[in-house]
Amino acid sequence: MKLGKFPPWLALLMPAIVLLAAVVLVPLVLSFYSSFTSYKLTKPDTLYNWIGTFNYQKAAGDIYFWTAFGRTVLLLTVALNLEMVLGLGLALMVSKVTRGQRLLRTMMMFPMMFSPILVGFQFKFIFNDNVGLVNNTLQSLGLTTTAIPWLVDAHLAMFSIISAEIWTSTSVFAILILAGLYAMPQDPLEAAKVDGCTPLQSFRFVTLPFLMPFIYIAMAIRSLDVARAYDIVQIMTNGGPARRTELLWTLIGRTGYVDAKMGYANAMGYISILLAIFFTVYFFRKLTAARAELGMAL
Amino acid sequence: MASNQSHRMRRRGLKIAHFIGLFLAMSVICIPGLWIVLNSFRPTVEIMAKPPVWIPNDLNLDHYRAMFGAVGEGGVPVLTYFRNSLIISVTSTVIAILIGMAGGYAFARYRFKGKAAIFIALMVTRAVPGVALSLPLFIIYARVGLIDTHIGMIVTYVAMNVPFTIWLIDGFFRQVPRELAEAAEIDGCTRWQAFWRVEFPVARSGIASAGIFAFLTSWNEYALASQLTRSVTSKTMPVGLLDFTSEFTLNWGGMCALAVLMIIPALVLTFLVQKHLIAGLTFGGVKG
Repeated sequence: MKLGKFPPWLALLMPAIVLLAAVVLVPLVLSFYSSFTSYKLTKPDTLYNWIGTFNYQKAAGDIYFWTAFGRTVLLLTVALNLEMVLGLGLALMVSKVTRGQRLLRTMMMFPMMFSPILVGFQFKFIFNDNVGLVNNTLQSLGLTTTAIPWLVDAHLAMFSIISAEIWTSTSVFAILILAGLYAMPQDPLEAAKVDGCTPLQSFRFVTLPFLMPFIYIAMAIRSLDVARAYDIVQIMTNGGPARRTELLWTLIGRTGYVDAKMGYANAMGYISILLAIFFTVYFFRKLTAARAELGMAL
Repeated sequence: MASNQSHRMRRRGLKIAHFIGLFLAMSVICIPGLWIVLNSFRPTVEIMAKPPVWIPNDLNLDHYRAMFGAVGEGGVPVLTYFRNSLIISVTSTVIAILIGMAGGYAFARYRFKGKAAIFIALMVTRAVPGVALSLPLFIIYARVGLIDTHIGMIVTYVAMNVPFTIWLIDGFFRQVPRELAEAAEIDGCTRWQAFWRVEFPVARSGIASAGIFAFLTSWNEYALASQLTRSVTSKTMPVGLLDFTSEFTLNWGGMCALAVLMIIPALVLTFLVQKHLIAGLTFGGVKG
């Protein structure tokens, strides 16, 4: 096969690079440009109306934007950490089971098949104050007589959203950590036991360091997809009521499509893109570092 | 003696705690899904009943009948959405796998300058939030007439799936010993032949699971689809789910039925790939 003057690896990567440049890079350049204009969907001419950094200044002074920004970072921090801890716990519990492990593993993957939009709908139903599973259970057990407004109260709504987010994504962590537990050599654990380590110590100093690369793989995968939470929030509360659960993504969507202020939405979108890229690069670097460490240990 | 007994007690206690913990975790994982399935068979009156009806006494297929007959409340054209989803997901998966195979092979078999940087750059494109990407895509697609078309959605999903597909396929090719292909080349195969006759068959099942993963991503995607599709000509099922909501009411039963229809293919496919998926991710990640 003749591949011209290109080195073969470049020729092989070309389709991917061209496609991603066309569908991701070019739009991003356009959105970067339009974030400096007063572009409104309803008035196409405004695309050429250069207004400098006005949109960014507006975002910087917009209290709604900063609340949404802070809430997004908070949601991601809380959700990712809880998912990691719960996933670790789940994986450890499943790995200790002697019979029926295959079945448990399959059940564990159950939430991964659900479309995030479906998860949003499902938890909207479950936390519904009138016919939802949670309130029905609480009322039938006599724990409360009132209908708890899970999706209306600001704190409860955030709690409901985080529950939904954790429900879908814990299994990603659990599955990958479980894979790590299977791959782990048994000798160091036995050596630690012989040396008189308590189970807690051998977990802390032997098991956990070995699992770290796996945790970072899970984090890296999750960071590619953190914005999936948008789907969940969109259908559960759509940022409401009264912006109490507004995230960066719902705010961008509403500004761009409902208010038709594309320029401003793109300016905010760019900030969210940089946030996502930061997360991704951070975890991929951690992954590379952990991998190097493990490579030396093995 | 006494210490022995307390030791045994503690072990039994741990065992019970382990069992309870596992049982609780599995309940939390399974109940939300099962509840949806159950409700798809219950009449709306029973779903809305106050006080709640715990033991269903009237299970029927009404919601499914309404859904497929498109005569129910609102007459949601579920079958058209299903067809759109299928066309878009299958086509984009096939293309993403072809592109991903080329890219994955390049990363697994060649050494070149800036490999790590190029890899991360490709991955980062996947991290761009759907909503943020949908704004400029919407503007461009509107100009070139790709809004509300199958082609537009397919191109978008291929781009969305390629980075992750490359990651997975890279992992699977790494598991194929380099010597295998080299031996074939010594025996007179060209590199192209060596790939199709030796490396591809070995990595085939792994590539298939990367394909299923890409399919599921397209099948479940909402953020982009909700903006880039407008009507029945290209709306996919996740977007169609919203047809069951109106300003003040929600057709819970109908929604549950559509949810079940969406989950079944995902369920079957995920079971098929679960083993390969983990292998691909960990190999690609750990032994890179």
